[in-house]
Amino acid sequence: MKKLMTGDEAIARGAYEAGVTYASAYPGTPSTEILENLATYKEIYAEWAPNEKVAMESAIGASVAGERSMVSMKHVGMNVAADPMFTWAYMGVNGGNVIVTADEPGMFSSQNEQDNRNYAKAAKIAMLEPSDSQECIDMVKAAYELGEKFDTPFIIRMTTRVCHSKSIVELSDRAEVPAKEWTKNPAKYVCLPAIARNLRVKLQDRMEKLAEYSETSPFNRVEMGSTKIGIIASGVCYYYAKEVFGEDASYLKLGFTNPLPANLIKDFCYKVDKVYVLEENDPYIEEFVKQQGCTCTGKDLFPAYGELTPDVIRACVTGTPNKTMEFDKTKLIGRAPTFCAGCPHRGLFYRLGKRKDIMISGDIGCYTLAAGKPYQAMDSTVCMGASISIGHGAQRAFNAQGNGRRVVTVLGDSTFFHTGINSLINTVYNKSNTVNIILDNRITGMTGHQNNPGTGYTAKGEETTLIKIEDLVRAIGVKHVYVVNPNNLQEVDDTLDKCLALDEPSVIITRWPCVLKKFSKEDKSEFTDLFATKNKVDPEKCVGCRLCLKAGCPAMSYDKANKKVTINRAQCVGCDVCTQVCPKDAIVKED
Amino acid sequence: MTKSILLVGVGGQGTILASKILTNGLMEAGYDVKMSEIHGMSQRGGSVSSQVRYGEKVMSPVIEKGKADIIVSFEKMEALRSLDYLKEDGTLVVNNEEIPSMSVITGEETYPDDVLEEIEKHVKAKVVDATRLARELGNEKAANIILLGTIIKAMGLEHIDWDSILEANIKPQFVELNKKALKVGMDAVA
Repeated sequence: MKKLMTGDEAIARGAYEAGVTYASAYPGTPSTEILENLATYKEIYAEWAPNEKVAMESAIGASVAGERSMVSMKHVGMNVAADPMFTWAYMGVNGGNVIVTADEPGMFSSQNEQDNRNYAKAAKIAMLEPSDSQECIDMVKAAYELGEKFDTPFIIRMTTRVCHSKSIVELSDRAEVPAKEWTKNPAKYVCLPAIARNLRVKLQDRMEKLAEYSETSPFNRVEMGSTKIGIIASGVCYYYAKEVFGEDASYLKLGFTNPLPANLIKDFCYKVDKVYVLEENDPYIEEFVKQQGCTCTGKDLFPAYGELTPDVIRACVTGTPNKTMEFDKTKLIGRAPTFCAGCPHRGLFYRLGKRKDIMISGDIGCYTLAAGKPYQAMDSTVCMGASISIGHGAQRAFNAQGNGRRVVTVLGDSTFFHTGINSLINTVYNKSNTVNIILDNRITGMTGHQNNPGTGYTAKGEETTLIKIEDLVRAIGVKHVYVVNPNNLQEVDDTLDKCLALDEPSVIITRWPCVLKKFSKEDKSEFTDLFATKNKVDPEKCVGCRLCLKAGCPAMSYDKANKKVTINRAQCVGCDVCTQVCPKDAIVKED
Repeated sequence: MTKSILLVGVGGQGTILASKILTNGLMEAGYDVKMSEIHGMSQRGGSVSSQVRYGEKVMSPVIEKGKADIIVSFEKMEALRSLDYLKEDGTLVVNNEEIPSMSVITGEETYPDDVLEEIEKHVKAKVVDATRLARELGNEKAANIILLGTIIKAMGLEHIDWDSILEANIKPQFVELNKKALKVGMDAVA
């Protein structure tokens, strides 16, 4: 049966067909849909872990116990998971194990564009790079077969365009694979130094065998056309190259990219007049080609960052960009993403941004949008969970400087569970006095509503123990814990005043569900009148001062004709932030 | 010959559903199809785009600048923003809809009055009142299917059995509405 699938859907399908029984992940664009789709197969146990390290370790555990397991993450997630991964490579698998990394050339939803192929090389883990959805299925299935044969986990390196592009795939049935037997085997699974030294020797031997295999892998193939130009490409760049050069070039398409096939590359280079290496981000293949003594053109001509789309390749090779329509670019207005109407982050950041002489240490989530106008309420963002620890360091420095500057840290509920907990332990242990705000919107919002340990539901939608953030932070040792409604601006202000006056760490939990969330029965009982009302502007009272618009709500706009503000009925959910901002009491509830 | 269709708009306007129906129809008709979308940050009121390519054998899932056969914009400003992608004799369909961005709401920027005039200086656009037409059909949200209808007409894809594709991809209670919407869209550019 034929079907259109994204690369993410196809990875999940491949795992299903390969008989995978265990999957774990932490959500992160563009990888999130892999686990979401895995969770739809009843034969696969799929779970959200609080972070990528935990996900990786759980998948290792399942493999050691004899099952085929998968762990998926966005590229920066691999930094979190790297610790177990490097040692896992020494041990080798029992049931096959596939590690999917979704890299982001162009940084559509990420803080950097690291090239995780370097991880495969550094950790000495075999790697495959699919170019389209069919290859996602084929490579996942091959990774389990080969991984169990060569005793290695496999990394599958995706990029945004492979993850989020749809192409046609052919579906097959699932192969049920019996679990491998687990036996006590410390010489393989207990990485203490004496054992690790032996495993290191085996790892070297394994990589040599894999290098030999790579020469004949069906995923590394030569397509001869004109010999004037030879293209070496991996991932979606192979199709970009085909789009640009068509029959006017020969191709070495590389899909098995760690270890790379030295002889295949050398043979190909001898057959063509000029070699282009087309790969996004780092010169990973290019450096290897040059090490083999071959001459090639790579990052000296093509950019080392951003996407290498066909128009970019064409402009580099021909020296002239595609002809496009010239138009008056000054007519363009920006359209950055914004907080939704009714977003529970609005009230908090509207008030927080007005505070002077504080540093706001931010984190990764929808709330990072608070850095922009109109709030300008974020002074640093680095990585998941960093807000609390960066805030701690900054507060220590300000305290030493004696300038009285206070640090407020902000992060979401899921981000707190991810890696914020460790940072808060540090803050308490090392006697800091930061104000730490946990934006508890009852869901992992940014990536499209995944459950987390605070929601009371699993990845498969089953009820589970709900971990209460206020209980957790009290257990860590925070004495000053406040749970507030972020839509109540007075409550936000009063609580901030109270916490900023303390010489001890405090936690403010702003608790209100994401407006886009499908509310659980617990949400409905805890929060009354959840987004059930609508507001309107009383034109008699509105003086057109536009102060309410500074709250940054997309449901509101200024009507130039009658010089009044209007509220878009279809978007308004009655959160009442604007009502509290209006100095003339001109915003009222609809009857 | 591979054809390239670019759908642009603002997050929440339904470009993704329209491109899903389009690509499924193209696949059923026997074409090779690739589609590329960027989601993530763009869901929250940002600019969104879906790129659809079809033909005998499609290579790149993304459309090059200056090479789109047709651009269908669900919003005026987004049409202007995407002009870079239209090929010289390409077709541009614009929904006559103005959605202010946050910079406009807060008064940082002003939404220019002459966006359509600027577009028409460079290309003869087919301006469709899809949002109003959808409202007349009884549901503003059907504007995306009206705009899908314009693509089907403009690209000569009427031979595909769109009614059954709609039935397979849309909740039963909305199928009749969307069948009508598709017709309205096709007639709007006839």
